[in-house]
Amino acid sequence: MSEHGTTHDEVSRAATGTLPQRFDDPGLPPHVPRQADHDESAAKRAERQVAVMFGLSIVSTVAFLVAYFAVDQRSTVFFPGIGSTNAYHLVLGVTLALSLLMIGLGAVHWAKTLMPDHEVVEERHPLRSSDEDREHAVATILDGGDAAQLPRRNMIKYSLGGALGLFSLPLVLQVAGSLGPTNVSELAETLWDIPTEGKHAGKPIRLMRDPQNTPIKAEEVAIGSVFHVLPESLDWHKEENVEAGRAEWKGVLDEKAKAAVILVRLDPKDFVSTKARDWGYQGIVAYSKICTHVGCPVGLYEQKTHNLLCPCHQSTFDVTRDCEVVFGPAKRALPQLKITVDADGYLVAPEGFKEPVGPSYWER
Amino acid sequence: MNALAARRRHPAAITVLLLLGLILTGAAYSLLAPKQAQAALASEDQVAAGKSLFLANCASCHGLNAQGTLSGPSLIGVGAASVDFQVSTGRMPAAGTGVQVARGVAKFDEEATAAMAAYVASLGQGPAIPEEAVTSGQGADLARGGEIFRVNCAMCHNFAGAGGALTWGKYAPALKDVTGRQIYEAMVTGPANMPKFTDTNISPEDKNNVIGFLKAIETQPQQGGYHLGNLGPSSEGLFAWVFALGLLIGAAVWLGSKAA
Repeated sequence: MSEHGTTHDEVSRAATGTLPQRFDDPGLPPHVPRQADHDESAAKRAERQVAVMFGLSIVSTVAFLVAYFAVDQRSTVFFPGIGSTNAYHLVLGVTLALSLLMIGLGAVHWAKTLMPDHEVVEERHPLRSSDEDREHAVATILDGGDAAQLPRRNMIKYSLGGALGLFSLPLVLQVAGSLGPTNVSELAETLWDIPTEGKHAGKPIRLMRDPQNTPIKAEEVAIGSVFHVLPESLDWHKEENVEAGRAEWKGVLDEKAKAAVILVRLDPKDFVSTKARDWGYQGIVAYSKICTHVGCPVGLYEQKTHNLLCPCHQSTFDVTRDCEVVFGPAKRALPQLKITVDADGYLVAPEGFKEPVGPSYWER
Repeated sequence: MNALAARRRHPAAITVLLLLGLILTGAAYSLLAPKQAQAALASEDQVAAGKSLFLANCASCHGLNAQGTLSGPSLIGVGAASVDFQVSTGRMPAAGTGVQVARGVAKFDEEATAAMAAYVASLGQGPAIPEEAVTSGQGADLARGGEIFRVNCAMCHNFAGAGGALTWGKYAPALKDVTGRQIYEAMVTGPANMPKFTDTNISPEDKNNVIGFLKAIETQPQQGGYHLGNLGPSSEGLFAWVFALGLLIGAAVWLGSKAA
């Protein structure tokens, strides 16, 4: 058999050239000594270089300690490539970086010039422990269990199991509970809903400029312009807080986050969707500014393409088509806020959003 | 030549070659790129002068009577502010059509720009060139200007006025090295896809506050060293990944290499 195999090898070797079946282990390349290994003056020089680097680190650290107290925190300095920059931060950063870098560079230079550099082969061995050791370890664990009377004390065994098992529930609940509010009706309500009780009951809500907090007349909105709008009822919310003895700003940010609206005016003949036009006033339309994807403010309005762009994930909504999604990960159109004008000519919302604003949740 | 040939396999050779090529291309472009001819201004009557400048430089796209053609919009009723903005920022006359005309070097001096603005203003009512008092940013309430900027402008122009991307290759330009007058004019005229912010939306005083805020953040010292373009966490993360990690990998390779 082996004789036959040898012949076969020789035949194939003859056919393919002179490739051997196995390459010999070439071993390690010959060791090349460094200059500092045989020249004492080179070694001295390397020693000095390492010492200089460590010395620079010491100087930098001292400079850091001095600068921490000596440099005025508000002083500025011109730095090429950056321009005018804060001197305090610059000096602290540079000195701290140098003090650590020089320790590292010194250590590397020391290792490369003076520390032994002979090639060493480390043999690998199996990691498995001997059978004897393994049996011994199992026996130790079982003995421990017996000594603790675990097999005999069933009450302890089962109650401990129950306690440990139940402990996982708070951990899971924290994750599951943070997926969204349990009271989802809060998400469907905004400050644009007309109050049913109190002194403002039934009153249409004026659209107010953000941040000026002034009402907007229809004729002030030019074609191609955009207004960032908050409801007048934000002030009512603050008043109610004060009357009820709560902090004035309680819940105001939450309400603002849901009620932000963007107001644009188009030439009425640019609309493709009649609903978008009919819910507006002479080409002025108002949409929720909260993206239906994950809730970023959709504030980038292109007045020629009539596209509203969300800066977070590039969801794009077409205002002429009732803010349908034309690009990006959002799945729903932006909810439109129906608007009209009141007796004084100011833009008002006669009713709240017909659908919940913002990103999707269970009931939406 | 032999020394050069011997180094052609050096690890840095490809980088050096690339850099050389880029520098040569850039130098050649700056020498050979087409230059704009300077328009001379001869007429005494500003509108008439503006009209002749218009016919020579703008009419091929905007039409002989500024009524607009397929290549350029009508300029009737856009106002002097629009002309002053487009011409003084070097956007007009545009070298060619594209997604968006980029800012450039102004091709006309102030007198010629004012003449063209006067001519276009005579065609129909539109926003006038704003007065110095509301465009200088002097005496501005910086905090209020910043608040208005963040609500109305920052979503496109970036929180530090560094500009940002829009859809299909359009972009909002950076707001650095522009005059207060140009900022004001952009707000009232809404160039390209920018919406208008008329004086009935943001009052002239508030526009001045915004200009003051922009000038203040442009000149304020960088508190944290190099700003990396103020583009936000994405660009800073990319910088850290590419340059900082690249440096670390280079250091690791150097550490692992043999000393002798």
